[in-house]
Parts: sequence; C-alpha cells; structure tokens
Amino acid sequence: MANQSILVVGGGISGITSAIEAAEMEVPVYLVEREPTLGGRVGQLRYYFPKLCPPTCGLELNYKRMKANPNLTIYTMTDVLEINGGPGNFKVKLRKRPRFVNDNCTACGECEKVCEGERVSDFDFGLGKTKAIYLPSPMAFPGKYVLDKNALAPGDLERIISACPYNAIDPDMKEEVFELEVGAIIWATGWKLYDATRLDNLGYGKYANVVTNMQVERMASPWGPTGGRILRPSDGEAPKRVAFVQCAGSRDENHLPYCSYICCLATLKHTLYLAEQSPETECLVFYIDIRTPGRYEKFLKRAQNEANINFIKGKVAKIEEDPATKDLIVTAEDTLSGKKVNERVNMVVLALGMQPSTSDNPIPGLTTDEYGFVVEKEGIIPVGCAKKPLDVMCSNESATGAVIKALQIIKSA
Amino acid sequence: MEKIGVFICKSCDIEKRLNIEELEAVAREQGAQSVYSKEFLCSKEGRDFINTKIQEDGLDAVSICACSMRVNYDVFNFGKVAVDRVSLREGVVWSRFPVGQNGNGVDDSIEVASGVTFRDELMALAKDYVRMSVAKLRVYKTPEPFKPEEEISNTILVIGGGVAGLTAALECAKAGYDVIVVEKENELGGFARRMKAHCETKPPYKNLVTPIVNDLIKEVEGNERIKVYKGAVVTKTSGGPGLYRVTIKQGNKEEEVKIGAIVLAVGFKPYDASQLSHLGFGVVPNVITNVDFEKMAVEGRFVRPSDGAPVNSVLFVQCAGQRDENHLPYCSSYCCLASLKQAKYLREANPDAKAYIVYEYMRTMGIYENFYKTLQDDPGVFLTKGDIVSISEGSNGKVKVVVDNTLLGEKVELEVDLVVLAVGMVPVTAEEAVLNLEYRQGPALPELELFYGYADSNYICFPYETRRTGIYAAGAVHQPMTIDQAIEDARGAALKAIQCLKAIEVGHAVHPRTWDYAYPEWDLKMCTQCKRCTEECPFGALNEDEKAFPIPFITRCRRCGTCFGSCPQRIINFKDYSIDMVGSMIKATEMPEQGYEQYRFMAFVCENDALPALDMIAYKRMSIPVGFRIIPVRCLGAVNVSFVKDAMSKGYDGILLLGCKYGENYQCHFIKGSELANRRMENVQETLQQLALEMERVTIDTVAIDELEKIVNKMNEFAETIKTYGENPFKGW
Repeated sequence: MANQSILVVGGGISGITSAIEAAEMEVPVYLVEREPTLGGRVGQLRYYFPKLCPPTCGLELNYKRMKANPNLTIYTMTDVLEINGGPGNFKVKLRKRPRFVNDNCTACGECEKVCEGERVSDFDFGLGKTKAIYLPSPMAFPGKYVLDKNALAPGDLERIISACPYNAIDPDMKEEVFELEVGAIIWATGWKLYDATRLDNLGYGKYANVVTNMQVERMASPWGPTGGRILRPSDGEAPKRVAFVQCAGSRDENHLPYCSYICCLATLKHTLYLAEQSPETECLVFYIDIRTPGRYEKFLKRAQNEANINFIKGKVAKIEEDPATKDLIVTAEDTLSGKKVNERVNMVVLALGMQPSTSDNPIPGLTTDEYGFVVEKEGIIPVGCAKKPLDVMCSNESATGAVIKALQIIKSA
Repeated sequence: MEKIGVFICKSCDIEKRLNIEELEAVAREQGAQSVYSKEFLCSKEGRDFINTKIQEDGLDAVSICACSMRVNYDVFNFGKVAVDRVSLREGVVWSRFPVGQNGNGVDDSIEVASGVTFRDELMALAKDYVRMSVAKLRVYKTPEPFKPEEEISNTILVIGGGVAGLTAALECAKAGYDVIVVEKENELGGFARRMKAHCETKPPYKNLVTPIVNDLIKEVEGNERIKVYKGAVVTKTSGGPGLYRVTIKQGNKEEEVKIGAIVLAVGFKPYDASQLSHLGFGVVPNVITNVDFEKMAVEGRFVRPSDGAPVNSVLFVQCAGQRDENHLPYCSSYCCLASLKQAKYLREANPDAKAYIVYEYMRTMGIYENFYKTLQDDPGVFLTKGDIVSISEGSNGKVKVVVDNTLLGEKVELEVDLVVLAVGMVPVTAEEAVLNLEYRQGPALPELELFYGYADSNYICFPYETRRTGIYAAGAVHQPMTIDQAIEDARGAALKAIQCLKAIEVGHAVHPRTWDYAYPEWDLKMCTQCKRCTEECPFGALNEDEKAFPIPFITRCRRCGTCFGSCPQRIINFKDYSIDMVGSMIKATEMPEQGYEQYRFMAFVCENDALPALDMIAYKRMSIPVGFRIIPVRCLGAVNVSFVKDAMSKGYDGILLLGCKYGENYQCHFIKGSELANRRMENVQETLQQLALEMERVTIDTVAIDELEKIVNKMNEFAETIKTYGENPFKGW
C-alpha cells in the first residue's frame, strides 16, 4: 500500500498551486518552504504582465483556500536534506530552521518598535533594511515575525522579550531535523536571479546605478524600499533615461545558454512602470529578439504605445560610469546598422536571467540536468521554473498538471 | 442561531483604546446569551476557554471580537459551531486614528464634533460591529452540502483527439476515471499525426523525435477505461457538472451519454493562407505553407509543386499573417521552432540544400533555445532578421524574394526553389460552438473575442478558469502553444476535471470559493420572471423554463452571489448570506440623530482585494475615517440594491462600494461581478437624483489589493465630499 500523502517542495506560486490543487483532491499534503513566508518570487513582484495586476490578489485567494483546507500542513523555514525510497514510499529528511518566534505571535509589532538592530533585506534585494525582528512582508503567510539573531544590537533581545505581551520570543529555539513519509513529491523550488556580478563588463556591484530587474520590481512596489518610486540608488533621483540590457546572462554560452522566458516581458512591464512614473522617461532596450509569445504580443504593442521605448538590436559590450554624475555609458553594436552605439543613461537595468534554485544545491535523491533544472522521474515531478524557464501562467499549468501525476502514484503504487 | 456567545479579546491595543465593559453590555442588549472578555484570546488558554464555554453554555454560534477573519482562522475554528469574526483589531483600533493639526496624531480624547470625542466615535464603531455580528449570527443558518438528486457521473468527456486530448484522456484514465474521447476526424492524432517530427519534450531539448502522438494513440486505444468515438461530434451538452447529458453524433447515429466533467481540446486550424496573397500564396508558384512543407517531409520528397524539380533552397517567412492586425494579431508561439525544424529536415535530406529563415524576432522560448542553437551551428541555415518587401516569380520556376533591413545591413534579393509561409493557429472555438451547450446564455463559451477566440480567461494565477464550470480547455484551443506545453496543459485540465467531480461529491463549490458549502436557493413563489438572474450569472448557471422562471443548476454555480445581487424581489438567498442577514446587520447599528455632525458611512468591500488591503492599512497603522462601517462581501456582484436602500433609510450619509477592476483586464474573480454592480449603482444614483439627493452619496470604485494609499485617500475624499452635502435628510425617519 502506497503512502497516501504528497509532498510539495517550494512555496512560490507553483508550489502553492500544486499544494492547494492536491489538497482539494482530499489527500494529505505537506508544503515545505525555505523562507519564513510563502509567496516566493511572485510575492516580490509589483505586478504580473500582461494585466498589470498585483500577484498578491491571486495569492490572497490561494491563501484563503489553504486556510480553509484541513488536508494541508505547511512548514516554513524548512529545507529538504535528502530523499530516500521510491514512488509510493519516499522518506524525506528535512531541516526546520528556528524562527525564534513561536506561534503566540500576533504580529502586533511591539517588538519591532523597540528593536534597534537592523539587517539588509534580502526580500528587497539589498535595497532596504528591516529590523532584526521583522515581518517578512505585509502579506506574510504565516503572519508571524522572524528574528535574525545575527542582526541584534546590544540589549535588543531583552528589550524585545519584555516588549512582547504574548511571550512569543524564544531565543533558545533549536533547529529540528525530521522525516516525512510520502507517496509522491512535487518539486517546485523555482528560480533565483543569475549572479550579476559574474557579468563583469556590465558593472553590477561596481556602479551604483546599475540595478537588476528584480530590484526594479521592489522599487516599483508600493510596499517596497522606495515606496513605489523607481529611483537611482546613487542619489535617489528619478531617472530620465534608462537602458535595459536584455539577455543579461541568458542565451550566452559563458553564462546561461538558454533563454529565461520572462525577461523581455518583464522589461516591457518596467518600461510601463517608468511611463506611469513619468511619461517622458526614455527607455533604451538592447535586445537580441523581443520574445513576447502568443497573446503576449498585445502587451508588446501596449508598451510600444504607452511607453517611450527605443529598441536597439544589439548585445551590450560594456558599461562605464561617469564618476561625476554617476550616469552610465552603454556601449553596444547595433547589429542592424552595424554601427557602434554609445549611449549615456541615468540608470541601467540588467534583465537578468533565471537559474534554478537547485543549480548549486544538489539534494541526494534528486536528479538535475546540466543547468540544475530538476528532471522528472517516477514519483518526483518537477514543476514551474524548477523544471525549465517559464512564465507564471505556464508554471501554474505545469503545477496543476503535476497533481494528477502524483495522484496516480499514490493511488496505484 | 439561538445560543450566541460573544468573546471579546482585550489584547493588541483593544483594551487600550476601547471600553470592554461597554462592548459587553452592547452584546447582551443585542441578545447574546453569553458574553466574555479575555486577554490574548488566540492563545491556547483563550481557545480552551472558548471551548469550555461553548460546552458549558451550550452555544451554537460564537462571535469572536478580536482580529480580522483573515488571521487565526485555524485558532478560532470550533467545528460545527458557527463562527463570526469581529475585527476590533484591524477594523477599529489599528486603522482609526484621530488626526490633529498638520496631520499629527493626537489623543483619542480630542473633540471631533461638539461634545463628542474621538473615543466616543471609536466606541460607537466598535459597538456597531458587535451589534452587527450578533444580528448576523441570529439569522445565520449552517450551510449543508449540495447533494444532487440524480447520481453523479464520474466519466470525463474529452473533446478532441490530438496531443492535448489524448494526454488528458490517459491521465484521467490512469487516475481511475472512465473517459470518452470524441474526435471529429476518422483518425486520432490531430495536427501532430501529420508531422514528421517535433522537438523533444524532455532534456536536453536539442533533438527532434518522432511524434509522440503515435504512442499516445496506441496507449489510448489499448486503455480499457477509454472509449473513443472517431468521426464524431458533440451536438448537445445539457445539465451541469457531474450531471451532464451529452449527445454524441457519429455518422448518422446519435447517442446520449452521462458525463461528469469536460476537457475541451479541439485544437486549432492553420490560418487560411489564401488570405496571404501579398506574400505570394496562390499567386506565385512554389509559395506554400508550413503545413504543406510538413507534408512533403512526411512523404520524404522535397520537390517544387510547379514542376516537380528537386528543392535546393527554401526561404521560410516567419509570422506570415501573424502579429498583423489585418490577419492574426497574436504570435502563434510554435512557428519559429517549426521553421527551424523544417530547415533541419531539408538539410538532412539534402546536405547541399540551403535554408533561409527570415524573421522579426526569433522566439524559441526558454529551454528551446537549445534546439535553436543546433541550427545556428549549421552553415547551410541562414538566419536573419528582415522585412519581406516582395515575393514574386523568379527565373526557372524559382521564387524571387526581396528582404530589407537584414542583419547584413542592406536589401537582399534571393531566388529560391520554395518559399514556406509560417502560418499561425486559429483556435477551433473561434469559429465553432463545439460544446453546443443547452444553456440559456448560448451554446459556446462566452466572450472569447477577448482572447482572439481562444477558450481562455485572463487569469494568470488560475489558467483553467472558464466561464462554464466543469469545462476545462487544454492545448492549442486554450492558448497558442507548442506540443511540450500542450502536454502539461492537458495534465492540468485533466486534474481540474476530476477535481470538479471531487468537489461535487463532497458538496462544496469549485474554484474560487472551494471552501463554500452554501449555495443560492430560490423562493419562486415571489419570482416575477424578470430574468435578471438568468441573464447576469457570469457562469451561465441558470436556464429558464417556458414561462421564464429560472432553473438553477447548482453544480454550475460558483457562489459569486451575482444572482442574489440582481434580484429585485430578493428571493434568492444563501443559508449563510441573505438579504435578511445584511438587512439585520444594518438595522442593528446605531444611528446618531440628525444635526450632531456625526457622519456615518457604510462601505461594502470585496472580500478578496479591498478587505485584505484594509487589513494591511491596519498593519501599517494608516487611518481611515472612523465614521465608516465596513461589511465585507464575496463580490460586489453580491450587493443587492436593497442593502443600499436599507442603509440610506437607516440614515447613513453615504455608501461606498469598493470592488475589483473590470473590463478587458478584469481582476474581478467572478469576471462580471464588479461590472454588474457598477451598472446597478448607476440605477441607484438615478433614483437618488429623483429624490433630490446627491448621486455621490452612493459611490462605487475599483481598487486593487496593493493600493493602500489610494484606498485611504478615496475613503477620506468620499467622507469629505459627503460632509459638504450635509447629513442624510432621511436620518432618523
């Protein structure tokens, strides 16, 4: 008899979709997320393309389904260490890191008020800071605080403990290693941004006003580090001329050989953010191909109509900074005219590609391909961007479809 | 509910800003049997306390006056005991603050009207919320799962026997469901059956493979759970999910089958190339389509149609009749890969042959870049961006093609043996009803023109949502897509189909309100056959009888409440959401007498977007006017005009409705709900004008979940505008 439960690894949009779709088939489901909140990458976005609607809207609906579903058990701050066994009877070893805040937390925020220590917010890709004790996002699910002990200032811990009316701070909480027995596994650990510092000709990390596409999302978010304004990190000014470097790390033998699927659409979305902020903002988009497949073609038209975009077919060769103004000089070859292009801009956005989260984190029992994408095998079904680069809609199709494969295994094995 | 307990939490600033004893007194006055208050109600002790009191006092309903219903949902769950949540924390003490000069925060003791402090107003708000909750529970009835009288069919109907249809059929069968496949042609396999090869659907995504559809056909034909009707079409679909009766016509024979759910996988037709004479089709010999070229590849003979001469050069024209407002405005997603594949066929068949591919953008999405790269390395394949200037007859039966703006930087003139137009996809649903639904709202899926005829919706988060419950589209009828995506899409549609049957079996709604066991019930004695409910239901859940009385099909219903909102006779109600309930809640609030300048506003807000936004406003301690009483609703479509009338006649000075965006990029999860509410409120505003009242007293607006500041501003502006009109003259009548 096969174990009747399904493990979903990864609590981004794909994992959330798989988990709730499976739980609504009345089977026990475990959902495991590495971060302190569900939501993953989409939780960091201001809007989805092509509708320009906030991802939190769909997350809210999914969370509501999850809250009402008795078949679902959620573990946050938890990693999979290894997978043993086979279809129908996997034994999965997991590690739950301590939150240092227990379930008594009501998210009242009294602790945050008295905490002095700060930490760089990885949620905001380094653009902002949080207190050492923080709520991961305004829509955090579960809505509980997290303590980063390394960021505490002297005396913080005592202050936090005494400020908490609910005895929710537990500095002695320990890491737990535990095992789950499941019949099938859906793998939805998604993607991370390609490391921009490896693109040394593009100046990320060296020049203040070279930012990544995901940093633009955080800046554009009304809950983000700049309150919804896309600004130059060097001086907080709104840029008037912005260059977008497409395929930054993608379609490049030295970096990611594949296309990352979403970066063209994301850039078009960003040009619309800039147009909303200030309609005359000029956007230079350096591209190889503009990839807006299917019905997304309409979104390309919309961006062309509503934003001030100058498309330049050509790969960016280098980016230099004018030290006086912190403007950037972008050098590229326009492959249509064959001419060299030198453009001065206020800000550069690297349309960075996606790398599977599993690329540098091999997990015993999990098979990956040469890029780190997870390969399907009996009983372990990769979905979304853990499987290959995809947009949200296709990720959700794959995440929904994986559930029927998982059900077949637990019903038959 | 008879025995109602009210439990008031004192923590999270509630006791700091509110007088708990007064709230307890109000709860008793309103008729609560038991009233308790306690610190930290969401603690284990708090929960145990409530459980004990439920037992001791024999309570059948509890009002938890603490935090928002969006948090601690698991803590405040007491099995069969009905629970209502009063948001004293997010709704009162964390989101209503007095403002002094220059916007500075001041103490609650500040006077806001003559003799009235902010604290008085805050208490009035909290008291109203407690009263509303008790009044609500008094008329609340426990929902019971809907159980159809007829036996539920667990058979899945798959319409279309191509890659998507066959995949869906196999997945359902392997999951233990019986399946019927209806294929229009006399053979299974669809478009892919006519292919020589396609890109592989697993790593390394570099190679061509023989069409996997051949294996799918074998598997389907060998599967005992799958019954296949070839050369057959669906001529009628009646009933609803779990209870469909579908008529299948095969030849001259018609058969009715019982069906549970439907996967629509009828695929696409290639765009009609006769429309492409500007690209030489039908005009210049040896201009063919990608479909024709595939046929040549299958036959293994690459020859010119005009004279049978061998083909030594082919030029592929990408986006032929696509991305073009005069033809197909969209990209068909598969043609770039198809042309690369066909170039490869040619090169393998004839190593001396040359292939030219002229494109604007090469779209080999994602991992399929791997396949593109294999062709880039082939010296016999010439790839260039370019614009086709002309296609005309060349010398010796060749075709002359002039291309401008190429990567060579100049106009290029080529003579080739063959020009292949990469024509796109037209979904079958763009031209045919296919399902032939016996629904009052028509035989096809509605409003497909929003999606160029594709059986799609605009939900990014929920790609299987259509406006016909129990019917899930997959493959190239769903969106333009490749075979790889069609397989995954079909798996997903198969899951949604069996999940729909699970929901019906358990007795709750399907997406999005999957937690909901209640359903609308009609009291037809009072029905005036106005047809509003049957016309407005976004999901076509209602038919009409010959006298125009509504015939509800509950398994088609998504519980949006649009029918409830539409009914002028107020005869449609849910057990847990009724005209009486909201009316009682409004009635239970206390209205100050006229002339005291204590303005009262009622806001009906969408539970999925505006309500969470208001909660986040609270977490950020932003402030909305203290005069607002907020009633969350499942959708603005479920706001009956009677709510507005009740609130106006109660004396509310203004009524604000906050819902989701509608129109082309709709965000309303019930597609039409907020749009219909808007139309209804326009009528209400007309009525107000007839009564010589300002129409702005009833205002509807659309907001998104992340627009916190916008919501705060709108509520403030609304309050200020209404104050300029003065109090509701009907106050105190």
